[in-house]
Amino acid sequence: MITLSDIPARAGSPGTPAMVLFLALIATAPFWLEAIGLYDYLGIEIAIWILFALGFNLLFGYTGLHSFGHGAYLGTGAYAFGLFQHHVALSLWGGLAVAVLAGALAGALVGACISHRRGIYYALMTIGFGQVFWFSAIKLHGLTGGEDGLLGIPRPDLVLGPWRVDLDDNTAFFWFVALLLGLAVVGLWRLVTAPFGRVLQAIRQNETRARFIGYDVWRTKWIAFTLSAAFAGLAGGLFAMAQESAYPDVMSLHQSGLIVMMVLVGGGLVSFWGPVLGVVLYFIARDVLGGLTETWLLWYGLMFVVMVMLRPEGLAGMLHTLRPRRPNAPIASLSAAPRQEPG
Amino acid sequence: MAIFEARNIQKRFGAHIVLENISLSVETGTVHGIMGPNGAGKTTCFHVLTGYHAADAGTITFDGRDITGLKPHRIARLGIARSFQMMSLFDDAAVVENVMLALPAFRTKSASAFARVFDDARLRSAALAVLDQVGLAERAWEKAAALPYGDRRALEIAVALAAEPKILFLDEPTSGLGTDATRRLARLIRDLRQRYTIVLIEHDMAFLFELADRISVIHWGQVIAEGTPSALKANKWVARSALGEVA
Repeated sequence: MITLSDIPARAGSPGTPAMVLFLALIATAPFWLEAIGLYDYLGIEIAIWILFALGFNLLFGYTGLHSFGHGAYLGTGAYAFGLFQHHVALSLWGGLAVAVLAGALAGALVGACISHRRGIYYALMTIGFGQVFWFSAIKLHGLTGGEDGLLGIPRPDLVLGPWRVDLDDNTAFFWFVALLLGLAVVGLWRLVTAPFGRVLQAIRQNETRARFIGYDVWRTKWIAFTLSAAFAGLAGGLFAMAQESAYPDVMSLHQSGLIVMMVLVGGGLVSFWGPVLGVVLYFIARDVLGGLTETWLLWYGLMFVVMVMLRPEGLAGMLHTLRPRRPNAPIASLSAAPRQEPG
Repeated sequence: MAIFEARNIQKRFGAHIVLENISLSVETGTVHGIMGPNGAGKTTCFHVLTGYHAADAGTITFDGRDITGLKPHRIARLGIARSFQMMSLFDDAAVVENVMLALPAFRTKSASAFARVFDDARLRSAALAVLDQVGLAERAWEKAAALPYGDRRALEIAVALAAEPKILFLDEPTSGLGTDATRRLARLIRDLRQRYTIVLIEHDMAFLFELADRISVIHWGQVIAEGTPSALKANKWVARSALGEVA
């Protein structure tokens, strides 16, 4: 059985085959999406949710902290972006920065209240706080527009020196999201393979032992939560641009459950790339199954049930078993690396 | 000079008093044994001394510093390392990573999100050197969960050693080991006593009497006797309480 903690073949280097493939795919998507019957807007949605899912898996898969209320931070980012455009300034970078900060701040506050817990208590508290955000979004009419949400959120132009790119065009907006996603993926990969990432995984495996070898477990859990909420905030800001609106449903328990389901189906518990597979599968299922039947979510849900029963390690785990057998390949290749034999 | 000292430690769980009054003083460079029957409070005593549980009363000083009530990670950073009776490892991780995580140099690095882990030659050789001490260097790149029982016991000690401690708390390191493995472990601890101050809970009385400089006998949450192994052999309380069978 593989786990996230298997030593990556080229630790710390982002130049893995999967990374190259992923970057190549998002860098070229608008050229082939239509050829396979999809469209640019779907690419945007997928890219945004991958961003959300990868940040979420930092907490869920790597640190082993099960949040069932992460929609709250996606929504916080979306509202923050919209409010910034409506009330402060029409600014792309300003809006996204505020979305990230708002997500991080909300995460930091909630994280501070729950990081002393683990297991089911932790999960329940994330749901509780998630509902608080959702309920607030509905009830704070003056600020959030209540159940209608914030409408008419603009997509400000991307300004880079003398260049000005109109992001109202979905292809241009896709490139922009893909660029941010590419940077985020490389950054996250470095993070999870760096000492900090290994400590997150140590906490997942054995909180008590981590504490007794000198790690401030509370603080590390809090950082993980805040970081993942910041990624959710960024995804939320982009989501507000994509939808040109922000609404309470983004924060709902249903939405928070969706991200868990995507990450699990994709194999986020065994692979860095699990969340990516999960998100892609979900959206393809929505569009392809959704084109065939209105009850597509039923079939998707059944698939989820079957998957959890038969292959809890998800798509990524299934792909792993299909690969040619090289037992312990990554670990063995490292032991062959030059090492000073003691004595 | 006493490097570690506990005075009048008391610990209750609800109405149940587990530690009534524990005092012990550990001299630098010695092996201090703790023995007593099942349920005497030995492990709870360890838990309190290393910060897992907060003491309800009493004081603990280490290296001239009051550490009563400090959080476990703070106590660990001061140079107190411990092993667990129920083994407590990072099972998904490679053997070498278990040790690496405990290195103070790794902990310093862990604040950085982008430092290297496995291709850092210094960290790797430091971890392998620790593994070599306990005879696990050959299995460094296997998963911790895949190790046989005796090797897991050795890894448990390696993780504690990697922390570069000033004092080492070992909770029943021989528990569940056969005679051969126990003998190997005794040899390891005899090696370690040259370099570390050790506090050792042990069930195996022959093992303890052979290794310890001083022994505290705990019963009913109190230290009922304390002294050198030979003195304890002569102590009528120890002799009478069936603890002294070996003596």
